[in-house]
Amino acid sequence: MTYTFGLDTFGDRNGDADGKPASHAQTIRNVAEEGVVAEQAGVDFFGIGEHHTDYFPMPAGDVVLAAIAARTEKIRLGSAVTVLSSDDPVRVFQRYSTLNAISRGRAEVILGRGSSIESFPLFGYDLADYEELFEEKATLFAELLKGTPVTWDGKTRAPLLNQDVVPHTESGPFPAWIGVGGSPRSVIRAARLGFSLMLAIIGGPPARFAAYSQLFERALDKFGRPPLPVGVHSPGHVAATDEQAKAEFWPRWRDIVALIAPERGFAIPTEASFDWETGPHGALYVGSPETVARKIATNLRALGATRFDLKYGLPGLTHDQLMTNVELYGQQVVPRVRELLG
Amino acid sequence: MTGPSKVAVLGAGHAGPVIARLAVAAGYPVAIATSGDPEDIALITELVIPGARPRWAADAVADADIVVLAIPLHRFGAIDPGLLSGKLVVDAMNYWPASDGVLKAFEDGGSSEIVARRLAGSTVVKALNHIGYHELEDRARLAGAPDRRAAGVAGDDPAAVAAIADLLDRIGYDPVRLDSLRAGRLLQPGGPVFGAVLTLPEFERAVRQEAGSLI
Repeated sequence: MTYTFGLDTFGDRNGDADGKPASHAQTIRNVAEEGVVAEQAGVDFFGIGEHHTDYFPMPAGDVVLAAIAARTEKIRLGSAVTVLSSDDPVRVFQRYSTLNAISRGRAEVILGRGSSIESFPLFGYDLADYEELFEEKATLFAELLKGTPVTWDGKTRAPLLNQDVVPHTESGPFPAWIGVGGSPRSVIRAARLGFSLMLAIIGGPPARFAAYSQLFERALDKFGRPPLPVGVHSPGHVAATDEQAKAEFWPRWRDIVALIAPERGFAIPTEASFDWETGPHGALYVGSPETVARKIATNLRALGATRFDLKYGLPGLTHDQLMTNVELYGQQVVPRVRELLG
Repeated sequence: MTGPSKVAVLGAGHAGPVIARLAVAAGYPVAIATSGDPEDIALITELVIPGARPRWAADAVADADIVVLAIPLHRFGAIDPGLLSGKLVVDAMNYWPASDGVLKAFEDGGSSEIVARRLAGSTVVKALNHIGYHELEDRARLAGAPDRRAAGVAGDDPAAVAAIADLLDRIGYDPVRLDSLRAGRLLQPGGPVFGAVLTLPEFERAVRQEAGSLI
């Protein structure tokens, strides 16, 4: 079995050692640096999630990925996620096929319907339409990936008639995933359209998603498609020891979840809930390299998944803390997980 | 009694399958339906909600004693009130503009009161809306468990409130009864218990502190 290990960031705005926030611009430059160091540390994939807020100032991750591409050779580069519902699938395809050209075939996309929804009002979309927007746009994106002229008609953008969309890729479609947060119908859609499945697991016991992996496998079969990979995206933080990782992560986690809880319906975390989520059955991967590696291995097995992306960083963590996280993940966690999975 | 109440869950998105699973686990006969063909959710039901039965919405509702509305609120307008006439309807939906956009019809007042006005032939209670779908299952506990949490049920019809309080107890929560749909505003987004998963004393304290604002 071939496993792939990635790091994802939302461009979480860095803090300095005194807690003072870094500028948006400095945070973006730091993300580029972290991507380069991720390759040096042996990480397989580096992903940037689209966000439009003061604490995640990362609306154009593909530009940052291009900067990383110019300084790296092997690491795969992609979105995590692209909020496709509020973007134009043609433009998303063009941006990532351009990234694919610059990086010599290392681009990927993870498409999301939008659990983080600040892009809807920003670009003039109605949240009430988010299901229809994503269904249509994901369908069009699947057509664009084929690389042949596209004919398409729908409600959410101008029609296309035998349209050649450039730039062409050199060696077929780049990998494309749909990120799923908890709706089984989204799992079926990924299978129907032929996207790989990325399970975003940010709370509760990861093992409960095992039914989703089975659902995906069965649905692919039902739609006459070959097997496709299942991946897991979850938040975490790696430091030298469990105690240090938790001490660095907890106050930032509490603050950011408290900030977004009213929009997303999350419970405000308590120290007890945090201990549970960072424990063996929870969804957070916070600890020493050994602790995090064991948890990743356990959950990849439980979920029948072959890809794990650690969403590292939180608003307020320092660039130095993130660099340590990136290095420990690539140099110690990933080899240890591979060893555990034999 | 003619056997346990039959439950129909309308909606197979985030919340519907979780509610259906909890009801199956509690021993209820459960049907699940969307606006479309049950064949579309057959695989989902088999693997994600084993024990439930996918049906056409009209059939599921016709046979049900309890109907749970677990659809996005902006789809509520597509529901035919006649379909739900005479039924005990649990409104598990939320009006949550930050997450789902602005709906003019729901801008003023309690969302379940507005739902109930449209479903004039049904008995509407508000429940299962204030604990996130990602937590509802994980926090469910048998009666008497030391870490059991509370869940609210609000309605104008005491018998309906009692029936759903019983359902909440069976699926794993200490029920807290609120004696009017208007009081159900306490369970809404922005209210004292929304998104929080509280123990019974914590829940009762939170509700009591804010109840005055509704009178």
